[in-house]
Amino acid sequence: MTDEAKKEEQQAPKAEAAAPVLHVAPGPHAFSTSLTTRRMMFDVLLALVPVFAASLWQFRLYTVIQLVICMVSALLAETLFTAMRKKPILIRDGSALVTGAILAFSLPAKAPWYVGAVGSFVAIGIGKVIFGGLGQNIFNPAMLGRAFVMIAFPAFLGATAYVVPDAAIDGLSRATPLTTLKQLGQNTGLLPLFLGTTNGSLGETSALACLLGGAYLCLRRTASWEIPAGIVSAVAAIAGLMQWLAPVAGWTVLHELFSGALLFGAFYIATDPVTSPLTPRGKFVFGLGVGALVMLIRKLSGYPEGVMFAVLIMNAVVPLINQWTIPTPVGGVVLEKKS
Amino acid sequence: MGKLLEMTAVLTGLPGTGDFARGVHPPERKTLAQDAAIEVMPPPAQVVIPLLQHTGAPCEPVVKVKDEVKLGDKIGDATGFISAPVHASINGSVLMPSVTTLPNGRHVKTIPIKAGPDQLAGDALKSEVLGGNWPTSGLERFAPDQIATAARDAGLVGLGGAAFPTHVKLVRNEKRPVDTLLVNGCECEPYLTSDYRLMLEFPGPVVTGALLAAQAAGAKQIVVAIEDNKPAAADAMRKAAEGTAVKIAVVHTKYPMGGERQVIPAVLKREVPTGGLPLDVGVVVINVATAAALARAVVRGKALTHRVVTVTGAGIARPKNVLVPVGISYQELIDFCGGLTPDAARVIAGGPMMGFTVADLKVPVTKGTSGVTVLTHADLARVDETACVRCGRCVDVCPLHLVPTKLALASKVEDWDLAKKYHLLACCECGCCAYTCPAAIPLVQLMRKGKAQMPR
Repeated sequence: MTDEAKKEEQQAPKAEAAAPVLHVAPGPHAFSTSLTTRRMMFDVLLALVPVFAASLWQFRLYTVIQLVICMVSALLAETLFTAMRKKPILIRDGSALVTGAILAFSLPAKAPWYVGAVGSFVAIGIGKVIFGGLGQNIFNPAMLGRAFVMIAFPAFLGATAYVVPDAAIDGLSRATPLTTLKQLGQNTGLLPLFLGTTNGSLGETSALACLLGGAYLCLRRTASWEIPAGIVSAVAAIAGLMQWLAPVAGWTVLHELFSGALLFGAFYIATDPVTSPLTPRGKFVFGLGVGALVMLIRKLSGYPEGVMFAVLIMNAVVPLINQWTIPTPVGGVVLEKKS
Repeated sequence: MGKLLEMTAVLTGLPGTGDFARGVHPPERKTLAQDAAIEVMPPPAQVVIPLLQHTGAPCEPVVKVKDEVKLGDKIGDATGFISAPVHASINGSVLMPSVTTLPNGRHVKTIPIKAGPDQLAGDALKSEVLGGNWPTSGLERFAPDQIATAARDAGLVGLGGAAFPTHVKLVRNEKRPVDTLLVNGCECEPYLTSDYRLMLEFPGPVVTGALLAAQAAGAKQIVVAIEDNKPAAADAMRKAAEGTAVKIAVVHTKYPMGGERQVIPAVLKREVPTGGLPLDVGVVVINVATAAALARAVVRGKALTHRVVTVTGAGIARPKNVLVPVGISYQELIDFCGGLTPDAARVIAGGPMMGFTVADLKVPVTKGTSGVTVLTHADLARVDETACVRCGRCVDVCPLHLVPTKLALASKVEDWDLAKKYHLLACCECGCCAYTCPAAIPLVQLMRKGKAQMPR
């Protein structure tokens, strides 16, 4: 080999390095960066801020304590269970934090620490990771966790568990509005229900806070408006009908909407994309189902409130709703070729 | 900078609203090349003409090695009805045939031509292809089948990207009469501006071509659809079409407005049946550049040898709109536009939504190459793929009202019953779903794979 050829050979890789390396990939080569899965999760946390504020005002430090217990447990559970499945641990996606927060906000203020912890572990472990992790679960993880602790520790989550007679906080000494209605036939004023100066689970008391956060979620389309619209329509229709057939003095459709976990559930729980239908029509049908079940449980069962069970039951129906609401493509259905 | 001018849909006398349901609004990025007037490339030393540049059957070569050919000579002939001949795009001599792999993945035979000493170049070439006078009256002297035959002989294919042989659309069919010719000037792909520049600088051949195509297909109504982000092009077209039957419809700027299944409902309020053609609803759609090439073929008897290509993107030193001979290499075209910038990462044949990446810059530009978009690492920065959370965003944007996440899942696990139930074959691969997906799932790629694998 001549010196010149050697020189050339040495220079050749250099010249190549200077030229940009071109990549090959399937299209499209443009993508919207306005939304990522992680951003969706943080949107939910951001939308929970008004709920947190209302809860802090009403329940003081209990809110913070439950949130810390549930969110930390959820992160621990996520790490533990995904490690057991020998899968990459993806706590950075924020989904465990959302599950933890939703669970915390659906617990009574005075629930002991292990209620939140067990609930979170069941929510993440049995509610989500066992199914294959994020996106694979059938049931809303937070509601599954809550249902578990509700049955495991009925004393801490039943209607009476909400009442703490010797509590320093005024709100805690009274029964929840739906319990007083069911057991004593007493009504709660619309304004306390709207602002959240009543007793109840941590995140559910203030209709105003839920509406604010819910509006943000719907505007960002992190939550699909069709679901809360379906829930509210069904509850309003059934409550309206009942008011017309068998009026309860002082109890209106608005009372029905603003009390209990209805708005919190409509905006934050039922809108979990993983466990709700895919198409706009399916989402509305799902919402109607949740709303109807809530009214059924509220009026005909022993429980004062039914959002949790309504969501879980409808979760099970989602695959069916998806089947029923396969959209017709523009241009109609492809005709089978005659062979 | 930003947009050219805000405008709204104007569809006087047409039933459509100028819009279709769903779709996306990707950043347009047309400002990169929109103000660059069409330039003519200096004659290349060699061109490589693929024998298959269209949808359909490949051509058979009709020249031998060392044959002397002139610009416009036929070098490959069509072998079926759905096929289009190919022609020499320069004067020169035929070299040894070879093969190349086009960006769309097709492995095709090619005929290279070595340039001879004298070439039609510069302004003379530009005026022969696009310039000069284009008649808008007295076109009755061309019989309908004469126009269709001229289109076939000129090797005319759709220049919007799909490259479907044009004469197939123009041949009259007694059973399915055509009432409307829709000339597609939407150019909804981000970045691309070749159709915009053509309408702005040379509206004449577009109008003449539209009149000729309508005459061939037997269409009474002629409409040119232009998105409302190109008011200057709409004005130029309106002026050129004055006194003719050609109507200008300004439609909303939305991707994929340029798709047949979107633009026909937007302008005419008619739905093309799934698996069918625009012909089924009495419409023929051709691209504006195809119309201009048809005018050249019929009025001047010239074959399709040149086309306007937008070379653009942040990865190109000087974005331009260039009139190029078919068969020139991507490398030469990119070099003519100042070369790649150091951070160039992906070279795309076409626009970023439906274009294919180019692996080898030696491959030739074909009749269907509407643009070369070069994206940088910054353009392509994106989060890693995560699990589908069934958020339904893909459903919200699919212009055909499909459920892309289900189709992608069905394709992935090869569940063809599920794929059929959710109408996999209706997918047009426009990319709205994958553009939107918050989990960065390659939905289009999965569905494309499914469509190829699914037993028919």
